[in-house]
Amino acid sequence: MDAILLQILNGLDKGSAYALIALGLTLIFGTLGVVNFAHGALFMIGAFCAVTLQKLLNLSFVTLDETQKDFLGNPLKVETPFIEAWFGPEVGATIIDWSVPLSILFAIPVMLLVGYVMERGLIKHFYKRPHADQILVTFGLAIVLQEIVKYFFGANPIQTPPPDVLSGSVDLGTMVGFDPNAIIYPIWRLVYFGFAVGIIGAVFSFLQFTTFGMVVRAGMADRETVGLLGINIDRRFTIMFGIAAGVAGLAGVMYGPLNPPNYHMGMDFLVLSFVVVVVGGMGSLPGAVLAGFLLGILESFASTTWATTTIPGINQIIIYLVAIIVLLTRPRGLMGRKGVMEE
Amino acid sequence: MLGLNKKDTSLLIVVALLTLLAPFILNPFPEGSAMAQFNAGYPDLMQRFVIFGIFAIGFNILFGLTGYLSFGHAAFLGVGSYSAVWMFKLLSYNVIPAIALSVVVAGLFSLLIGFISLRRSGIYFSILTLAFAQMSFALAYSVLSNPKFNLTNGETGLQVYADDPQILQGANAPDLPHLFGLPMRATYTMDVGAWSFDFNAGYYLCAVIMMAVFYLSIRIFRSPFGMMLRAVKSNQQRMNYTGLNSKPYTLAAFVISGMYAGLAGGLMAAMDPLAGAERMQWTASGEVVLMTILGGTGTLIGPVLGAGFIKYFENIFSKINDNVLHSWFAFLPDGLEDAVVFVIHPFIGKGWHLTLGILFMLVVIYLPGGLVEGGQRLLKRFKRKKKDTDDAPSGKTEPAE
Repeated sequence: MDAILLQILNGLDKGSAYALIALGLTLIFGTLGVVNFAHGALFMIGAFCAVTLQKLLNLSFVTLDETQKDFLGNPLKVETPFIEAWFGPEVGATIIDWSVPLSILFAIPVMLLVGYVMERGLIKHFYKRPHADQILVTFGLAIVLQEIVKYFFGANPIQTPPPDVLSGSVDLGTMVGFDPNAIIYPIWRLVYFGFAVGIIGAVFSFLQFTTFGMVVRAGMADRETVGLLGINIDRRFTIMFGIAAGVAGLAGVMYGPLNPPNYHMGMDFLVLSFVVVVVGGMGSLPGAVLAGFLLGILESFASTTWATTTIPGINQIIIYLVAIIVLLTRPRGLMGRKGVMEE
Repeated sequence: MLGLNKKDTSLLIVVALLTLLAPFILNPFPEGSAMAQFNAGYPDLMQRFVIFGIFAIGFNILFGLTGYLSFGHAAFLGVGSYSAVWMFKLLSYNVIPAIALSVVVAGLFSLLIGFISLRRSGIYFSILTLAFAQMSFALAYSVLSNPKFNLTNGETGLQVYADDPQILQGANAPDLPHLFGLPMRATYTMDVGAWSFDFNAGYYLCAVIMMAVFYLSIRIFRSPFGMMLRAVKSNQQRMNYTGLNSKPYTLAAFVISGMYAGLAGGLMAAMDPLAGAERMQWTASGEVVLMTILGGTGTLIGPVLGAGFIKYFENIFSKINDNVLHSWFAFLPDGLEDAVVFVIHPFIGKGWHLTLGILFMLVVIYLPGGLVEGGQRLLKRFKRKKKDTDDAPSGKTEPAE
């Protein structure tokens, strides 16, 4: 029982990332009808927002400390981050410690801007072109974005540690009555899961309970009629693209502490996220979220020793296997709507 | 000739001449001169040109004719490589059985994957092929290399060891891939003045095979079967309404292109008897998509051009470094020189992929027909201009026909 619970929990963090990226992909697909292969790159840019902020906060100036000597007898060079000099050592150290959560504030405007520029500058011109062209141009864009990040940050993964308070593990098992040490779970994964649920809830309530969201949903159902009613639906869809980019970016920001960001993390996630979208059903938001968590958890179950000894390598292929089975038996995906992307 | 019309025959002859004379054409600069770094006439690179050319020609038969965008073609390339190396391990270093087996195995593999994937079309087809290829990659990388059943040798890559059976390997046969005793690495270097030209046995084997498969692809493009595939691209629904089942046609196209990929994989292993799982990764599939699009989808010569273009510039751009740039722009004033080098720096050396990505985007945006379309446009503009200049001043009267 506790083992099952542990595997479910283990699947949650990857599942959250899949769900968030798939949600953004579906938003873009549902509104603009564009297949965005650059979405993984947006996830990666988000993660590198955190890296950038961390680097900015750690910018230091060097002072010579005359009281201490190094082994050559010269005065010791002490690096003090500007932030500690400005706010005092304690507040400064706390700010640096909390750089990843703080990056959220930094990433939101950046990602909205990136999304806006991407849509207006490039994707706008591809609405009328075939899906293959959209896939190809966004694929090219993904390569470009990835290489730009690689140029500035190098090819090696960069650590973005979580705040000290949230970095340890917690014994969840004792809280629900299992033996101690049965379920030990890193706190940051819980934070990530909670964060993902929060974002998903926010996106859904935004679409469900605001006038803006209502118009967007109406546009998703019938773009032409909404346009005939005198509403500038294109502008709203552009904003939705920005929001989708923001969701992917935030997913990336918070994912950093789980897995140090490197320039190709986006591509790694993209392939899986597409599979998730297709399993969930193209154009269905709840489907994307459901499939994201489902596949994350499934992957975690497939990685147990029992599963890998029964069917070797199952952990590597489970997601693709499920995708193939779903696509062949339920071509519309788990919760796909009728008439969306059916050729 | 050979059942081709005049235009195709001349195209085939041009391609044949280009590939056969490649050692000359690709080495236009004398050895040791400043421009020698633009030479591409060494065996390894020339082999890559033709092998990736074969791969792209095959991909084009599927994508160019039927419009089905497969993102998993590298799987067939990898399977081809593995089967060729297995032939080396079990039979002998002779490349003929190896290449034959790689084509057959890739064909069977693509029959299986195509049969399942082609039940869906559009983006679903892309995702399905991608999923299959990633699955094959993951399997080749981990599971199929367990000690009990070592089919792929995992991370190290499959290679021939001294204790392999090699039952047909003769006593005198060379200990590396050969064609009835002619080693693939055999290179005859011809020195003409300051130039030196390499004639490599492996390259010529690949070149001959490429010409054969290029001829085959022309025949496919011009055949009723090819017309059927084009019909699938332009409107599959209408085709189905007329009572035609298009599935066998698309499946055949898929298998043919899979066999081309397998052939390319087999040749790759024949040039260098090593097969690794990374050949099956989806980035490798992406590369062949890039080549085909860049060259010109659905055209005969496009994929070959695209493959050559990408491989050539990959090689050249990766070699250029800041010092080379400084020597090029030495004529500029110092400050300006540094500025120019600084601006170009991100695009060269390791930044080649950035250049490729930008180039690819530009092609997709402005030139959906690829290099071939670009060439045609240029030619048209050039011709028109020429006609204009001819017409205006001379005022000659054309004889009526």
